[in-house]
Formats: sequence, structure tokens, C-alpha cells
Amino acid sequence: MRQDHLISATQLSRADIEAVLDRAAEIDADVGAWQGRRDGTVLGLCFFEPSTRTRMSFDTAMKRLGGRTIDMGSVESSSVKKGETLADTVRVIEGYADALVLRHPSEGAAKMATEFVDVPLVNAGDGAGQHPTQTLLDLYTMRENAGLDDVTVGIMGDLKYGRTVHSLAAALTNFDVRQHFVSPESLQLPRSVRYDLHESGAQVREHTDLDEVLSDLDVLYVTRIQRERFPDENEYRKVAGEYQIDTDDLDAAKDSLTVMHPLPRVDEIAPEVDETDHAKYFEQAHNGVPVRMALLDMLLENAEGGSQ
Amino acid sequence: MNDTDDSDRELRVSKIRNGTVIDHLAAGQALNVLALLGIDGSGGESVSVGMNVPSDKLAKKDIVKVEDRELSQSEVDVLSVISPEATINIIREYDVIEKKRIERPEAVTGVLSCPNRNCITNADEPVETRFVVLSDGLRCDYCGEIVREDEIATHLDVS
Repeated sequence: MRQDHLISATQLSRADIEAVLDRAAEIDADVGAWQGRRDGTVLGLCFFEPSTRTRMSFDTAMKRLGGRTIDMGSVESSSVKKGETLADTVRVIEGYADALVLRHPSEGAAKMATEFVDVPLVNAGDGAGQHPTQTLLDLYTMRENAGLDDVTVGIMGDLKYGRTVHSLAAALTNFDVRQHFVSPESLQLPRSVRYDLHESGAQVREHTDLDEVLSDLDVLYVTRIQRERFPDENEYRKVAGEYQIDTDDLDAAKDSLTVMHPLPRVDEIAPEVDETDHAKYFEQAHNGVPVRMALLDMLLENAEGGSQ
Repeated sequence: MNDTDDSDRELRVSKIRNGTVIDHLAAGQALNVLALLGIDGSGGESVSVGMNVPSDKLAKKDIVKVEDRELSQSEVDVLSVISPEATINIIREYDVIEKKRIERPEAVTGVLSCPNRNCITNADEPVETRFVVLSDGLRCDYCGEIVREDEIATHLDVS
């Protein structure tokens, strides 16, 4: 992979993705062998939004490579509270760290930040925009369970504001994947994601009812319908129930169906599904560490190459 | 090049001594061009506008003549997107000293605001807007938001 930063899944080729997933698989096979690989490296964690899995898995990934992390802490306790710009914050933390991870509530924040720093920067989620490292671990999980070619993937939930969906849809265009998007009409894919899918010639269909497509799916990727997106609580209640799955719903699915979710879930997947062979969402979350180890290692490798 | 009989018709609006004539604008774009140039009359500029003027080439066209004003490259870039057939004539002492056909750029910088209110370019950050030019619109280079050609005028940043 020849990238200085990872900002969007749209910048990843099939070869880039496979290189990261292959290295993640090597790491996964013997994680202890990678301890010490990045001794002395410091990773700056810049999270302007709450995060559990992403922040902790980056933290763990760096430490498992032998490096350390520094964390700007919550926005409330940082200089952001005093009105410091993002541009200044990343320039300051760049002075302390060999690479940066940025999560920010504004779309395009990570792209802008790369214009102010020279160290590798990874987008850990920018508003409703992109979340490319989530996508890499999604693809890793998908490859392990269903493969990445000649598969039918259903993506269901909040497709409009769901950054994990936007990144995943873009990345899947690199593979032989039929994509089915299932959502209420009010939460369908945004224009920019549709544009990229159309330009790539992806095989895409949209639905409002999962039953139309469930039996064809090899993977069902569920995201949370976000109550806060609905101006009217009644509108939310009307649609939310239609986008929840339980074991009865899955009777119509293939036995081999892989059910994924970027987490956190609320009630869109019933707990009883956890006990079935379909459920891969906790495995998916665990895969965040080897995948982020692989990505950080490769970006740092590129940075070293550039300075030689 | 001007249409043969366009020159006579242009006389309907007064000649300017020094400034810019933007000719062969798509009909209906003259007011958008004034918005692009930040001209609302309050600055005292001498401006002549012809709208829906008959044209052999375009059937109907708009013309804008602005005294003592030349266009920046960013303004020309946006002009090329909203009216690709336009020509720009630079006038000195009543003569056309330069006539140029505009070219569609790869990107336009600094003259449009992003319609995505949550885009980082709308936050208080030291960054100019930048839009990549698509076949039928523009795309914010930061957040990816797409602006169709017919929406561009709404987002001109002329403050």
C-alpha cells in the first residue's frame, strides 16, 4: 500500500485492501511476534467525539506493536474548549507524535488536517462522512466468513448518515459484490455515495423491505437507525421496528448468512441472534486490533521510506 | 468570436472604456455572474446587462459589461462551469485588447461555500473551499458533497 494517510475508503484500491488484510492475517496468526516491531513509536489519539471501540483498538494496536500512545483527552478538557482550531491542534500534537489518529464531528476534517501535518494521519471517523478503518476490519471479517468475490451483501439501517456504510459501499466496489441497500426512504444513501457507486459501475439495488432480498444474501450488515435523526418521534417508531432482526426473521436466510454490525447496537439485532452461527459482530470488533496494527505498521513503513 | 450581427446588438448597451465584457453567457446567467462578481450596485460600478439578447450562435444569450473590473482566475473558473460557452473580452480605451474563451478547470477554489453545513470548510478553520469539477457539477474536495450546475449560483460565496 502506497499511501501517506488514510482519509477515505475511496482512495483504496483492491491491492491496497488486500495488502492490509494479508498483513492483518499474519499478525492475527501470531500477534506476539509483532511486539517490539514499532518500539519507540508514539501515536497521537485526537478524538473530538466520543468513541470506545475505535479509540481503544487504536490504543491497543499501537501498544501491541511496541509503541505508545498519547491522548488529547476529552474535548471538554482540551484547548479546543478555549477555541483552538483543529488545524492548530493537529500541528501541535504532530510535534509530539509519529502518527495521528483523528475523529471529528465535521465531514472533511481529516482531509483538511492532512494539509497541516507531515506525519501519517488516519481518519477514525469524520461526521457522517467516512470511517475507512472500520471498513478494513469489516472487509477482514467478511473475507474470513463469506469471501469478498461473488457475494451478495445487504447493508441495512441508516444509510444516509452512517459513515461506516459510506466507506464500506465504496470499498466493496473493488470486489465482485452485489450490493443491496435496505433503509427507510428518509435514510437512503446520500447523493455523493450514489455518485461514486454509479461511476464505479457497481451492482446496486435499493429496498425499503429486507424481505425482498434477505434470502439472497451472503452477508447482512446492520447499522443503527438513529432516533436523533428523526424530527418526529412517531416517524422513528413507525420505521424502526421494520429494521430489527431476530431469529425468526433469519429463518428465511441462508444457513451460511454472516450478520455483521459496526456496534454499538441498541435493539436492531435481538440478543438471541448472538447465539447463532450467523452472528459475527463481536468477532468483527475484535478484528479491529490486528487490522489497525497492520495499517499503522504500513503507514509508518511508508513514512520511513519517504524520509530516506 | 462574436456572431456577425451580435456587434450591432451589443450597441444596445453602452460601450465601456476600460473593463470586461462577458459575452455569450447562457441566457439567464447574467444575474448569477453579477452575484459571482459580488456586484449588487452598492459599489458604484458602472454595469450594463443584456439578457435574452438574440444570438446566432446561442439563439439567446446574456451579456455583462463591467467598467474598471477584471476577473480573477477563480471567478473565471466558476464562470466556465455555469456558462461554458462564455467569452471574456478585456477592454482598454474602448478597444478589445484581449478576447479569451474560457476553459473548464479541474477545480475551483475559494468562491463557493459548501452546502453541507457540517463540512469542515464551514467551521472556523483556516481553509478555503475547493470543488472538483465534474461533468455536470462540482464536488467539495473535503466532504464530498455534490453541487449540481443549476445549484451553483445559490452557493456563490461573494461576501
